[in-house]
Amino acid sequence: MTTSRRKFIKISALGLGAVAASTTAINMFGSNAYIDELVKQNVSKKFKRTATYCEVCFWKCAAWTYTNEDGEIKKIIGNENDPHCYGRLCPRGTGGVGMYTDEDRLKTPLIRTIVNGEDTFREASWDEALDLIASKFKGIKETYGAESVALIKHGAPGSHLEHLFKAFGSDTIAEPAYAQCRGPRETGFNLTFGTWVGSPEPTDIRDTKCLVLIGSHIGENMHNSQVQEMSDAIDNGATIITVDPRLSTAASKSQFWLAIKPATDIALMLSWMNVLIEEGIYDKEYINKYATGFEELKNHVSQFTPEWAYGITTIKPEVIRETARAMANAAPSVIIHPGRHVVWYGDDSQRARAMAILNALLGSWGRRGGFYFKEAAKVPNFPAPAYPEPKWGWKEIGEKYPLAQMGITTEVMKCALPDKDNKYPVKALMIAGTNITKSIPNKKLLEDAMDALDFMVVIDTMPMDVTGYADVVLPECTYLERYDDIRSATNREPSIAVRIPAVEPKYDSKPAWWMAKQIGERLGLGDYFNYDDFKEVIEWQLKEMGTSLEEMEKIGVKNYPRKSGSMYINEDETYTFPTDNGKIHLYSQELKNLGFDPLPNYTKHPEPPQGFYRLNYGRAPMHTFSRTVNNPNLNDLKKENDLWVNPKVARIIGLKTGQEVWLKNQDDIISSFSIKVRVTERVRWDSVYMVHGFGHENKKLSRANGKGINDTELISKVFTDPIMGGTGMRGNFVAILTENPHKNTEI
Amino acid sequence: MRYAMVIDTLKCVGCSDCVVACQTENDVPIGFCRDWITETVNGSYPNLDLELKSERCNHCDNAPCVRCCPTGASHITDGGIVLVTADECIGCGACIESCPYDARYQHPDGYVDKCTFCHHRLEKGQLPACVSVCPTKCMYFGDLDNPQSEVSQLLKNRKHKTLAPEAGTNPHVFYLI
Repeated sequence: MTTSRRKFIKISALGLGAVAASTTAINMFGSNAYIDELVKQNVSKKFKRTATYCEVCFWKCAAWTYTNEDGEIKKIIGNENDPHCYGRLCPRGTGGVGMYTDEDRLKTPLIRTIVNGEDTFREASWDEALDLIASKFKGIKETYGAESVALIKHGAPGSHLEHLFKAFGSDTIAEPAYAQCRGPRETGFNLTFGTWVGSPEPTDIRDTKCLVLIGSHIGENMHNSQVQEMSDAIDNGATIITVDPRLSTAASKSQFWLAIKPATDIALMLSWMNVLIEEGIYDKEYINKYATGFEELKNHVSQFTPEWAYGITTIKPEVIRETARAMANAAPSVIIHPGRHVVWYGDDSQRARAMAILNALLGSWGRRGGFYFKEAAKVPNFPAPAYPEPKWGWKEIGEKYPLAQMGITTEVMKCALPDKDNKYPVKALMIAGTNITKSIPNKKLLEDAMDALDFMVVIDTMPMDVTGYADVVLPECTYLERYDDIRSATNREPSIAVRIPAVEPKYDSKPAWWMAKQIGERLGLGDYFNYDDFKEVIEWQLKEMGTSLEEMEKIGVKNYPRKSGSMYINEDETYTFPTDNGKIHLYSQELKNLGFDPLPNYTKHPEPPQGFYRLNYGRAPMHTFSRTVNNPNLNDLKKENDLWVNPKVARIIGLKTGQEVWLKNQDDIISSFSIKVRVTERVRWDSVYMVHGFGHENKKLSRANGKGINDTELISKVFTDPIMGGTGMRGNFVAILTENPHKNTEI
Repeated sequence: MRYAMVIDTLKCVGCSDCVVACQTENDVPIGFCRDWITETVNGSYPNLDLELKSERCNHCDNAPCVRCCPTGASHITDGGIVLVTADECIGCGACIESCPYDARYQHPDGYVDKCTFCHHRLEKGQLPACVSVCPTKCMYFGDLDNPQSEVSQLLKNRKHKTLAPEAGTNPHVFYLI
């Protein structure tokens, strides 16, 4: 037992040293020999903390990485001065250490080769891999132009590579965060208020009196500060109204859960507008002062009574009226939350418009407890030559979607398909930090496009499924092992955070800034990378901003006073909205001019045929899409997704909780793997639900491979938003198979 | 001094941050846990109640694990915290069987392990790791003997329950409902 004793002492000690030097010990126990010994054993332990901001999701919470005397990362704790996390990370941030320790990480550059007629990867040196990439990019530039080399990216590595691509002459850049996620809401709110919602959303949840969530599941998405503020709102007695066909966690915390029939949200919102206007309980002063198009809106919604909406949404008219009045009572401290992943049915910009119009009627934009005016600190650009002007780029590729404000990934991928008439041929592709076979629907399109490419590079920390399609794979080190851009996000007050490596990169992995610089130099673009270490860039920028790396190393986060004036509309003055006429557009002349509905309309969407169920998907709090499923700490919390099935459906099909089933969608696409049934009342009888991001195909992901179903592979039908190109994904239907459809094809 | 934990089920979202924080703070091996999340659903669609909560050792006054331990490894220390002294533990598992909360597990190194209320952090004036990290701030910790403490006040003013009261263990983890 002596060994266990030593082990136990070591284990128990870990937290002790962290603040040993600075904290006055308060002996809460009195004398206790056992604890005294624990403390004695550990007072000498020294822990070092290094400033970082999290990269497990896009919320980018600032944190401290704790390393012990052996240089091992022991834990990650939130930075108390950070408005993204207020000192408390979410489970993914706390478990971020697993990204570093994961033994399945990509370890060396890999180059595709053929052995005995079969494609495989061989390990390569950095020089060989980078030389190959540079020579391929050069060749394509000479034949087709730099524009034909495209970048699909996400997260911190993306910005370094975007710089490389722009320097190279390519603006053929897109990210799933737009057309597969929040694009429609940015367009819808921009059309109405003249400004994007942005990230983090400027929702003043901590001071709200009424929070309305429409298909947005805060608490299952761990958008950290919002989760914390929702909890504060619960303490403060705020009314929460959740519209969701599923009893989400947020729905269970709500005074009103509106268990809506899927795909009918716009009908509900039109009837809410109807009640607010017919009962005269909208914010008349705000609308008179700040909005245009009210008469058109009033005429438009007069027909959309709660009784009309009842037949569509299954929400009772009295509930529609009661909830509309609850919002009006709380106004202007009310938030119709814009949501985040909002690509559902193809009329998503219009649904976002309906949300924006409701917020306007309630007078919540620019009001305490509604939406605050956000502000970010300006980070100066490190000196570099101007970028060359590309002949075409993401804008031209997406030109049939007039209000697309960023690159559309699926349109970029379509440009890789063989087509003589294609004006915008994509010949090479770099993918960084996104696992596109899970983040972008229509797998056939993706596979056909990747197949047609001359050359493809993937940069990631993990052997994600997408790496299997690459010609060259570059291993990126994790966020705990590198410098990155200064985080400057929009908040109540401008706030910056730094990312400083706590340890050296493990294996032969490298930071993305280094890869960008190395490739850039090989392409003759050295002037754009005028530094040896990215640290120099941050040092220069921080100095320009009146601080220093030394200071930031000590504090991690720096908050600045606002420069743009009040967070809310000053009631004594007239605020000018950043639209063409300075007013909120209830009626959108811009949409009318482009041939779209100037006011939102409800459109009936397809419903599942007999024997099929609508495939709904969402988040689990301990995972970020597919990227964390193999993380040892987070995998321990949730190893696979399960299929939520209503007990009525389970009875008809004869399903039990824990039973293994497979899914087949409306296009006869069968899931690669099985999923376990979870019979639960929390889901409607016309739909099934699963957490997104599972069902990894790469065997190198030892914990994630083959576990659960990848919902995205069953999303073969895409409902494209004609306004901005978002790919609606909630109109796919699945049948539940109880027999293994792969039985005869398995080896 | 009587330590207690109070957890507000109306705020808990079941995110499991408490579980990971405990794991990294206390080096709990992957595959084991000292705390965990439970979900209870009552009713039928759409008239439903969902309760999410974080569970762990209840640090009972009348602790069956302490009573049944043949070596005295399981003991109650100051503040009412139930601890296991690893080198006195023979790993017989009697305590695991006796615990009505299923709060104990066999550590791969041969002894029985469980929640300690992070006594090593309390010693430094810090809160237990799970409480300090919880993004919903639904977990409270403090001294029940002090009527002014946050936990005492919460239990005075809010409806609450304990788990398995029929076991007569007098637990010190409380749930606000």
